[in-house]
Amino acid sequence: MTRLVTALIALAGLAAVIALDASATPPNPYKAPKLLALGSGTAPSGGFCGALPDPAGK
Amino acid sequence: MTTTADIHAAAATPVWRRGGLVLAALAAVLATALLVGGRYGLLLAVGLGFGIVLEGLRFGFAGPWRAMILRRDPGGLWAQLLSIALVSLVAFPLLAANQGELSGAQGPIGFAMIAGAFVFGAAMQVVLGCGSGTLVNAGSGNAVSLVALPFFAIGSFAGAYHLIWWTDLGALPVLTLSGWQGAAITLLGLSAVAALLWKLSAPEHRRLPRRLIVAAVLLAALAVLNLIVAGQPWGVVYGLGLWAAKAASAAGADLSGSAFWSAPGSVERLTHSLLTDYTSLTNIGIILGAFLVAGWRTGGLSQNIPYLPAQAWVAAIVAGFLLGYSSRLAFGCNVGAFFSGISTGSLHGWVWFAAAFAGSIYGVKLRPLLKLEARS
Repeated sequence: MTRLVTALIALAGLAAVIALDASATPPNPYKAPKLLALGSGTAPSGGFCGALPDPAGK
Repeated sequence: MTTTADIHAAAATPVWRRGGLVLAALAAVLATALLVGGRYGLLLAVGLGFGIVLEGLRFGFAGPWRAMILRRDPGGLWAQLLSIALVSLVAFPLLAANQGELSGAQGPIGFAMIAGAFVFGAAMQVVLGCGSGTLVNAGSGNAVSLVALPFFAIGSFAGAYHLIWWTDLGALPVLTLSGWQGAAITLLGLSAVAALLWKLSAPEHRRLPRRLIVAAVLLAALAVLNLIVAGQPWGVVYGLGLWAAKAASAAGADLSGSAFWSAPGSVERLTHSLLTDYTSLTNIGIILGAFLVAGWRTGGLSQNIPYLPAQAWVAAIVAGFLLGYSSRLAFGCNVGAFFSGISTGSLHGWVWFAAAFAGSIYGVKLRPLLKLEARS
């Protein structure tokens, strides 16, 4: 077995995760934020490995 | 006998293969931008850049630490420090001027954080893959990382599930450096570490290859772009935990017992598309970017998978889980805590570095014992 097989398994797994998630929570392009956070006037709201949970999505 | 037609066919094949890979990557970015939004497409492109630089220029974290421990070769670690320094030169003033829009990779220093970083350092030497390294290796066909990756995600989910309990064992408030003074202290600290490495290194290894300088500059540019586009620094571990949390939630698991996963912010993210999560997007991009480079290289994916005994595969699974679990307790991995933490002024990044390096010294010794390499 070559690395091509294992790399393709990784891609297939990734595709499966994205497809299953898209079927459960379909993406909505009409709720998209501005292209850049810098200059957007909105507070950062993404999940991050350093953050403790708080109510505002940070 | 090789004919002229064969030679032409052999020359044409890489062109088609490489062209197909680039088109597929561009199509993925475009599709994400159209389906979810421009910011998310751009973040996927940044992730692709990370993957291409890390795999293409062979810039890593676990490998250079191993090189310093075993051969007293500081080149890779110097490149990491250079990249962090370049990011901090831009990130500190950006964060100071845009506090409402941008945030740093800040985490509290605590008992569990230090222990988590130590365990992460050991585990990343066992599988020879850190947070970003496991993604890069899986995308380029490394079987050990492919096995470790899903358990990394499960561990990240479980670590976040228990995070508050661990943090309640004792932690300081979040301590940060900021402004030009903070940037100056950070640059002095990075210079001091670089000088210490010089002193500890073997004279014949005291060089920083041009390849790593280029990689450090490109990685820094991408990390700054990540901060500008997402409003937060480059991270890895949160996204992996979210994938496992979404899977557990879809399978009917009740996450209300976890203070982390039942917090309103977490619940909101569990109900949104994975393609709107910044760390998920850059993680996906890293895997795709590494695959692109491996597929681009002649013979990059044609190597055979090496034979390893069952004990090694079990070690990969356990180490994968520990990488995920410990990095949540440590408030990040080599990317979120070490690279992004230090470059955006969080003191936990410095403590993470010291604890994880100490863990790496033991991890290097563990790797051959777990049959992941021939004993020397």
